[in-house]
Amino acid sequence: MNEVKSIAESEKEIIEDFSLFDSWDEKYEYIIELGKKLPLLNPVYRTDDHIVKGCQSTVWLGSSFRDGKVFYEADSDAIIVKGLISLLIRILSGHRPDEIIQAQLECIKVIGMASHLAQTRANGLLAMVKQMKNDALAYQLQNQLNQAE
Amino acid sequence: MNMNVTSGIESGFDIKDIRQHFPILQRQVKGKPLIYFDNAATSQKPQIVLDALSNYYGHYNANIHRGIHTLAEEATAAFEETRDAIRDFIHAGHREEIIFTKGTTESINLVAYTWGRANIQDGDEILISNMEHHSNIVPWQILCKEKNALLKIIPVNDEGELDMEAYKKLISHKTKLVSVVHVSNALGTINPVKDIIRLAHQAGAVVLIDGAQSAVHLDIDVAEMDCDFFAFSMHKLFGPTGVGILYGKKDILENMPPFMGGGEMIKEVHFDKTTYASLPYKFEAGTPNIADVNACKAALVFIDKIGKENLRQHENELLAYATRELKKIDGLHIIGNAKHKVSVISFIVDKIHPQDLGILLDNSGIAVRTGHHCTQPLMQRFGIPGTVRASFSVYNTTEEIDTFVLALKKAIKMLA
Repeated sequence: MNEVKSIAESEKEIIEDFSLFDSWDEKYEYIIELGKKLPLLNPVYRTDDHIVKGCQSTVWLGSSFRDGKVFYEADSDAIIVKGLISLLIRILSGHRPDEIIQAQLECIKVIGMASHLAQTRANGLLAMVKQMKNDALAYQLQNQLNQAE
Repeated sequence: MNMNVTSGIESGFDIKDIRQHFPILQRQVKGKPLIYFDNAATSQKPQIVLDALSNYYGHYNANIHRGIHTLAEEATAAFEETRDAIRDFIHAGHREEIIFTKGTTESINLVAYTWGRANIQDGDEILISNMEHHSNIVPWQILCKEKNALLKIIPVNDEGELDMEAYKKLISHKTKLVSVVHVSNALGTINPVKDIIRLAHQAGAVVLIDGAQSAVHLDIDVAEMDCDFFAFSMHKLFGPTGVGILYGKKDILENMPPFMGGGEMIKEVHFDKTTYASLPYKFEAGTPNIADVNACKAALVFIDKIGKENLRQHENELLAYATRELKKIDGLHIIGNAKHKVSVISFIVDKIHPQDLGILLDNSGIAVRTGHHCTQPLMQRFGIPGTVRASFSVYNTTEEIDTFVLALKKAIKMLA
C-alpha cells in the first residue's frame, strides 16, 4: 500500500488537480471519471444497514478499523455523488479517528463543490460526511474502552 | 374585476413582452442565462406582484378587520377584494366559501382535521389515487388510523392515467370521501374530475379536488365541477408563497367544527363558552398573511390580462414541441403519456440517475426538478427511483427548449 498522505496534503493535492480545469464542464467530467473508477464496494456493505439515505440518491458506506486507523469504502446509484465520495475517501480514509472528526474539508469549498455539501442539496453527501465522522467517533470510543480494560 | 392594479400587459400574446414582466428571467446561473423549467414546483413572479407586495408594506400595512383607522380599512378592503377576485377566478357561488390558508397542504389538512374528524367513523372508506402528492396521502392515513377507517387506492395505468373502471368498482356506500388530484404534479395527467365527482356523489361520498397543479393551467369552475372542496396554492399562479385557498360548499363548511382556535375566528369568548365567527372567519384564526394575500390580486390580474386560453395554447405548444424533441433522444423514456396533459414532462434515461442529469443541467443554467416529486407511491408504481421533470410556463420559449435538449444530450454523453 502507498504511504498514506496527511489529510492536509490530500486536500492540497485535490485543490491543485482542480486548478487545472478551466470550466465547470471539465470539473464535472473529472468527477464523473472518479465516480466510474471508484473501487467496487465489498458486497458485505451492500445492505440496508449501510445505506446513507439522501432525498434522491442512495449511498452505501462501509468502514473498518485497523491499527488505529479508519478505512472507508462506498458506492452510490448516482455517478456525480460517487465521484464526490471518491474525493472524500481519498481525503479521510486511512487516518486516525480524531483526525477524521476534526477534518473541515475546506477543499470541497475551494474546488467549488460546496453546494453539494449544503443543506439545500438533497443528495445525501452531507449525510455521508456525518456518517463517516460518526463511524470514526464510534471507533475512537471503542478504542478508548479497549485500552481502559 | 374590481382591482386598482394596472398590469401594463397588452391583451393578446407577445412572449417578449411577457418575459419582460419577470425580472428574475434576466439573471444568470453558472454564467448562463437562466432557463426556468421548474414551474410545477413554483412559478416566477411578475413585476406587478412584486410591486403589490412593496406597495402594501410601503403604504398601507395594518392588521385587518378590527382596526378603525384608515390604514386598517384600506388593508381590510384589499384583503377582502382578493377574496372576491378568487371567488370570481374559480366561479364559487359565495365569497364566504373562500378560505385563506398557507397552502394546498394546509387546505387539505384543514378538511382532514375538521370535516374528517367529525364525519369519518370506524369502517368507513376514503378513496385516493396512486398518483397523489404526499400531501393528499398522509393526512388521510393519519385520519384513517385515528378512526379505524380504510384508505383505498385508485390504480394508475401504464400511460399514467387513472383506471376509471377500477374506480367504479372501488366506490361503494362505505366510501365517505374521494380525494383526488386534478392534474398530476409528477406526470402532468389531467384527470376526469367531473366523472369522478358525479360517481362519488351517486354513492353519497364527499369529494375533495387537489387543484395545486390545475388552477394555473385549466379553467376552474367549482360550481360546474360540483366538487365539495377544492384546494390550491397561489404561488403556482404567479402569486407569492404562503397563500393557499380552500374552497368548500357553504352548507358543508357551516357544519364543520373550527380548525384552529384563536383571535379572528370567534364571535364571543367566555371562560365557560365560546361562540364562533361566521364563515369564512371561523377557519381563519389569527392574523392572516395580509401582504401576500393582497399581492395575489395582482397575480390574478396578470393571468386575466394574458387570458387563460392564450396561456394554455402557448404551454400546449411548448409541451408538444418538447415531447417531440425529447422522443428523438436514444434511451430516453417519457413517464406519463396520458391523452390529456398539462405542460409537464417527466422522463428517465437508461442507466443514468435523474440526479446526475439535474446537476449537469443546473450547470448549464437550466432549472429542472429531479427525484420522486413527493409522489413516492407513484414512482413505486412505475418501478423507478424518480424522474427528471421539466414543466413549462407562459414565459418559456421553444428556443429555451432547444437549449435544454442540447444541454441534456451533452449531459447524457458525459454520464454514459
